[in-house]
Amino acid sequence: MRIGLFATCVADTMFPDAARATATILERLGHEVVVPREQTCCGQMHMNSGYRREALPLAEHFLATFGGFDAVVAPSSSCVGAIRELYPQLLRIGHPVLERTMELSEFLVHGLGVEDVGASYPHRVTYHPTCHSLRVTRIGDAPLRLLRNVKGLELVELPDATECCGFGGTFSIKNADTSSAILADKCSAIESTGADVCTAVDGSCLLQIGGGLSRRGDRVQAIHIAEILASR
Amino acid sequence: MRTPSETFPQAAARELGNPQLRTNLGNATGTIRDKRARVVAELPDWQALRDAGSAIKADVMAGLDSYLLQFEEALQAAGATVHWARDGAEACQIVADVARRHDAKEVVKVKSLTTDEIELNAMLAQHGIHALETDFAELILQLDGDWSSHILVPAIHRNRTEIRDLFKNTIAPDIESDDPAVLAEAARLYLRERFLDAKVGVSGANFGVAETGTLCVVESEGNGRMCTTLPPVLVSIVGIEKLVPTFADLEVFLQLLPRSSTGERMNPYTSLWTGVTDGDGPQELHVVLLDNGRTRVLKDEIGRQALHCIRCSACLNVCPVYSRTGGHAYGSVYPGPIGAILTPQLIGIENAPTLPFASSLCGACYDACPVKIDIPRVLLHLREQAVQATSKPGERLAMRAMGWAFARASRMRVAQRVARQLQRPLIKSGMIRRLPPPFSAWTRTRDLRPVAKIGFVEQATAEDERPT
Repeated sequence: MRIGLFATCVADTMFPDAARATATILERLGHEVVVPREQTCCGQMHMNSGYRREALPLAEHFLATFGGFDAVVAPSSSCVGAIRELYPQLLRIGHPVLERTMELSEFLVHGLGVEDVGASYPHRVTYHPTCHSLRVTRIGDAPLRLLRNVKGLELVELPDATECCGFGGTFSIKNADTSSAILADKCSAIESTGADVCTAVDGSCLLQIGGGLSRRGDRVQAIHIAEILASR
Repeated sequence: MRTPSETFPQAAARELGNPQLRTNLGNATGTIRDKRARVVAELPDWQALRDAGSAIKADVMAGLDSYLLQFEEALQAAGATVHWARDGAEACQIVADVARRHDAKEVVKVKSLTTDEIELNAMLAQHGIHALETDFAELILQLDGDWSSHILVPAIHRNRTEIRDLFKNTIAPDIESDDPAVLAEAARLYLRERFLDAKVGVSGANFGVAETGTLCVVESEGNGRMCTTLPPVLVSIVGIEKLVPTFADLEVFLQLLPRSSTGERMNPYTSLWTGVTDGDGPQELHVVLLDNGRTRVLKDEIGRQALHCIRCSACLNVCPVYSRTGGHAYGSVYPGPIGAILTPQLIGIENAPTLPFASSLCGACYDACPVKIDIPRVLLHLREQAVQATSKPGERLAMRAMGWAFARASRMRVAQRVARQLQRPLIKSGMIRRLPPPFSAWTRTRDLRPVAKIGFVEQATAEDERPT
């Protein structure tokens, strides 16, 4: 399968290792992974902040860049959610590639039927299911299935896991106090697990969680799931 | 209708600073949330019920003009007097006129958000008429001059010790215990005599059946039923969106509502009445059909689904924002996610432009909503309107600049390079600890992961790069 890798602006800029790991995992499974040089940003921030008109060229740019692939995979469920759920409203027209755009773990489990990627990661890990993976792209327990098959990984349950981390894009700045109050509870829940690593499918949420844990002087690392699944 | 007097971020910051409120809210919303999840999971056809509720409400909105006339006709045939009120002032005037005609110095009230919306109590007070709240929680707030912070449990921000102290200073000077049963008994003794003396009762309605003219009030205490049955005169104020087409449609909503709101399988006190009946209950029934901005909401194709709301408050209890800030931060009688989409539409986006942004877009409200209101979608729709209605030149410029930069990969790479240069003096042991405004809002409580030394796409496609 010829897969277009959409790194997303957040991963491209701040979590390049997660994007690289995504390519590694897919290539190991025997797929051709193409990284289009012209790719940029899906425009989710603009759409979510009320700047619909400014998002339109970005959506068109995405389609022009990725329209021809058999599948598009991204290390982010919120960007994928924006593409699948918001583009049809924004563009007022569908496109076959929208349905073929998936977040990594969703693509592996639901698209390819793969639950064991042969990874090894000897750490105590807790998993935060991000809101958009649960309630927009609805990937269910796909990431957990993958994590359960990682050699040496001890998976510990996160209390109140399905609660938001408080990121919410520009919400984290516009409503910083509320965002921080939500984050404080998430960080406490993570600490209570005694995990070494908190993982998730979205870089943006990991930015928030990692930023909170770091400020609290915590030893828990926020690491993207792709990096765990690519570890050997 | 109450208009927020400050922005959501300002109000939220104040409310978040109250640790007692945070604890009370966390406990209360957590308890109701768990109860709701349990009883919803019991029903194998819950999703089908939600679909039915959503479809019935969509049908009502599409045919509201004829349903309202049908409702009016049925009410009149059953002996009720129907009044139409364009806004809150007109509705309040109608209630005041009825009370004055019957020489009532006090009216007893069923808990009703619609009467809160039109600020009925304050308006009646201007006419020298006292409106007595008879719902336990509403009574607490009234005695304390406070206002509701939750649709269903208005005094959710109060705990029982605070309530005992309040009662001691007001209706029950001898009270010592803060045991819930003792508190309830004190309120009961106080209210009973007032029910018997009242000449006029005032209610809202959860549902109005267009086919039969039946009104329905759903409550837990029985005090509402006292108000709708004991006084000889009853005035019911009904938002025009509260209709259902037929009596049989109640079957859907009377399953959806209690499970979503209190987490009960069946509602304790469900009162239904149709017009007046000789020798039984009130002998004079006035029904006030209230618009107060609703037809304007109806005009908006995306926003109108906010009118489907049956006021269960499930979206409040699951909301990460509401469960931290509480209802007062929303500055409206309609707090939480539903308030964030309903209030700006009812009073105009320019009067509440920060409310649609009071959400992390986590989507929990949409999943919990018994009539499937797509709250995140309406929030985005209203954010767009808010951006157009308010002037934020700095933000607009930044958004445009980022849109321009992200439209081409080459520009995005330049932006990344610039960020890399700018962040250099700010990085301390691998993280950015402090940023200038507006990004200081982030670094006040969080560190920031810096921009990587080289972007993934730039590195992955390095061999393709050609000098331009």
